[in-house]
Amino acid sequence: MSPTAGAGNVPGVRIVVCVKHVPDIQSDRALGADGRLVRDGGDGTINEVDENAVEAAVVLAEQVGEAEVVVVTVGPDDAEDAARRALQLGADAAVHVLDDDVAGSDAFGTAAVLAAAVRRLGADVPVDLVVTGMAGLDGLTSLVPGALAALLDLPQLTLAADVALADGEITVRRDLDHATEVLSAPLPALVSVSDRANEPRYPNFQRIMAARKKPVETLTLADLGVDPATVGAAGARTAVVEAAPRPPRTDRVLVSDDGQAGARLAAWLVERDLVRPAAPPTGEVL
Amino acid sequence: MSTVLVLLDHADTGALRGSVLELATVARDLAGDGGAVHGLWVGDEPLDPALPVLGRHGVSVVHAATTGAADPRLTPVLAEVLVDAVTASGATVLLALSTFENKEAVARFAVATGAGVVTDAAAVERDAEGRVVAAKTVLAGTWTTRCAVLTDPAVVLVKAGAVPAREVDADAPALPAVSAREVAVSERATRARVVERTAEEPTDRPDLAAADTVVVGGRGTEGDFTALEALADVLGAAVGATRVATDEGWIGHEAQIGQTGVTVSPRLYIGAGVSGAVHHRGGMQASGTVVAINSDPEAPVFEIADYGIVGDLFVVLPQLTEALRAR
Ligand SMILES: Cc1cc2nc3c(=O)[nH]c(=O)nc-3n(C[C@H](O)[C@H](O)[C@H](O)COP(=O)(O)OP(=O)(O)OC[C@H]3O[C@@H](n4cnc5c(N)ncnc54)[C@H](O)[C@@H]3O)c2cc1C
Ligand SMILES: Nc1ncnc2c1ncn2[C@@H]1O[C@H](COP(=O)(O)O)[C@@H](O)[C@H]1O
Repeated sequence: MSPTAGAGNVPGVRIVVCVKHVPDIQSDRALGADGRLVRDGGDGTINEVDENAVEAAVVLAEQVGEAEVVVVTVGPDDAEDAARRALQLGADAAVHVLDDDVAGSDAFGTAAVLAAAVRRLGADVPVDLVVTGMAGLDGLTSLVPGALAALLDLPQLTLAADVALADGEITVRRDLDHATEVLSAPLPALVSVSDRANEPRYPNFQRIMAARKKPVETLTLADLGVDPATVGAAGARTAVVEAAPRPPRTDRVLVSDDGQAGARLAAWLVERDLVRPAAPPTGEVL
Repeated sequence: MSTVLVLLDHADTGALRGSVLELATVARDLAGDGGAVHGLWVGDEPLDPALPVLGRHGVSVVHAATTGAADPRLTPVLAEVLVDAVTASGATVLLALSTFENKEAVARFAVATGAGVVTDAAAVERDAEGRVVAAKTVLAGTWTTRCAVLTDPAVVLVKAGAVPAREVDADAPALPAVSAREVAVSERATRARVVERTAEEPTDRPDLAAADTVVVGGRGTEGDFTALEALADVLGAAVGATRVATDEGWIGHEAQIGQTGVTVSPRLYIGAGVSGAVHHRGGMQASGTVVAINSDPEAPVFEIADYGIVGDLFVVLPQLTEALRAR
C-alpha cells in the first residue's frame, strides 16, 4: 500500500497530480449544439501530457523514497478511467470529483474544484507539490495551472521540460518562444510539465494488477464545500455561441513525382498567387 | 465606446513584437467611436523608440510599468501589473498575444478579477449586445467556434497574424501620452525565481507564429534542412519543424509546430518529410493552403493536403526552389 509520507515525523513528500479525461485525439471529435465536447462513445483517454505529469511525480517520489502520489481528476463517470490509468502508471491513490453541477465548467471553475480537492487532501497530510500537464490537448487553453497556483497561493513553475527536487527546492527548465529559463522555488509549489519532461512508463501486467488494489475516492462538490453556483455552466465566464466543423478541403491534388513535380508545384503556387516577394522580417519592428 | 488595453510584448532588447500592432488594430475596432486604445509596457527597456509606431497604430496612452526589484518576466509579477493597469486605465477589454507566458499571466489576472478569458483567438468583434466575441479553431483545427466573454473586464489572447495591422488615417498621428508608474508587487508573486535565462538569438526570418508562409521539415529530412532553408529564403518564409526534428536537435525547440508547440495558420504551409501525425496537425490544420511532400503515399499528411507530392524531398524541393527563383 501507499507509504504515508509526510505524516508524523517521516520526512517524506506528498505530491498531487491533476489528470484530465479527454476525448482521444486519434478519434473523430465533435462539439454538440451546446458548444461542449461530445463525450460519448467511450473514446476518452487520459490527456496525454498528464501521463508526463504522473511520470514526473512518480520519478520524484522514487528519488525521495518516502513519498506518496495522489491523482485528482474532475469529470463525468468515465473520467475515472483517467485516474485508473494514472494508478497503473505508478500513482498511489486517486480522487475523482464527480458531480453533475461540474458540467460546463470553464478553466476557472475546474481550477476552483481542483483547488478545493487539493485543500481537502492537504487537511489530512500537507501537500508539498502539485503537478499538472502543460495543456489539455482538447481545449489547449493552458489556463488551469496558473489559476490553480493562484487559488492555492503556490509558486508556479510551468512548462517544465526538466524537473529536479533537492533540499526542499524544486527546479525546472522550460523552453519559451523566445528564451529558455531555469526557475526555482521552495516547496510547496506547483509545476506543470511539457511532453518533453520524460517518457511515461508503460503499464505492464504487474502494474495493472497492482493498480486494481489502489483506492479511488469519489467526492461531490458538497463534500468539498464548493458552491455549485460558482462552477459548471452556472459559473462559466465565457460561452460558446456558435460551433461548426471546418469545411473539408476540396479540389485536392495528389501526384507522384515523375521528375517534374517540383516545377509543376511552382507553377501551381504562382497561379494561386501564393508566392509573394520575400517580405522583410516581421518578427520585431523598429 | 470603451477603453481597450493592449499588452505591448517586446523583446529583451526593447524591440516591440510586430504582431502587437495587429492587436492595436483589433483594439480600435473593439473600442469603437469615442473609445480609446491604451498600451501597457512592462519593464525598464527603453520605450521611446516604440512610441511613434504605437501612435500611428492608434494607441493614445502607454502605461509604462516598472516593478522595482521584482522580475516582470515572472508571470505572477506580470499578472499583478495587469491588474494594476486595467484598474488605472479603466479598460473593459484586455488584449494580449496568445503565448504561453501570457496565458499564465492572464490565468492569474482572471483569478484576481473574475474576468473571463478566451485564448488563441483568430478574430475578435462585438456582437449586437456589445459583448466581446472571439472566433477560434479547436479540436486540432477541425472545428471553428465563436465564444462570448460574459465578464467585465473581458480578456482575449489573440494569435499572431490574426488581422493585418492598419495605421490610423491621420496625417500626423499624435505620440501616445506616457503614464509611468511603479507597481508594488506582492511577495507571493516572486516566490519562484529565475535562476537562469538564455534569450533566443534573433534571426532574420519572420516570426513562426505570425508568418505568411511556413516551410516545415520532419524526420524525412534526416537532419539536413538546407533544401528547406533555401526554399524559405526564396519565399520569405519562416522555418518550422515536427517534434521529432526538434527532439533530434536538428533545429531549435521554438520551431516545433503542433499541439505542444507553436500553432500556425499561414496562408501557405509546405511540409517535407512530415508524416502528419495528429499532434502536429493540431498546430497547422487551420493553415490556408497545405502542400505536402512525402515519399510514402500512405502518409496521413496527404489527407489534409491541398497539393500532395509523393516523392523525395531532396529532389522535389531543390527543383521547386529553382523554378521559383527563375521566375
Ligand atoms: C503528448 C505528445 C505531444 C506531441 N506534440 C507534438 C507537436 O506539438 N508537434 C509535432 O510535430 N509532434 C508532436 N508529437 C509527436 C508526434 O506524435 C509525431 O511523432 C511527430 O509529429 C512525427 O514527426 P515526423 O513527421 O517528423 O516523423 P515521422 O512520423 O517519422 O515521419 C517522417 C516522414 O518522412 C517521410 N520521409 C522519409 N524520407 C523522406 C524523403 N527523403 N522525402 C520525403 N519524405 C520522406 C516518411 O515517409 C514519413 O512519413 C507529440 C507526441 C506526443 C505523445
Ligand atoms: N478536469 C480536470 N481534472 C483534472 N485536471 C485537470 C482538469 N482540467 C485541467 N486539468 C489539469 O490542468 C492541465 C492544463 O489543462 P488546461 O488548462 O485545460 O489546458 C491539464 O494537463 C491537467 O493537468
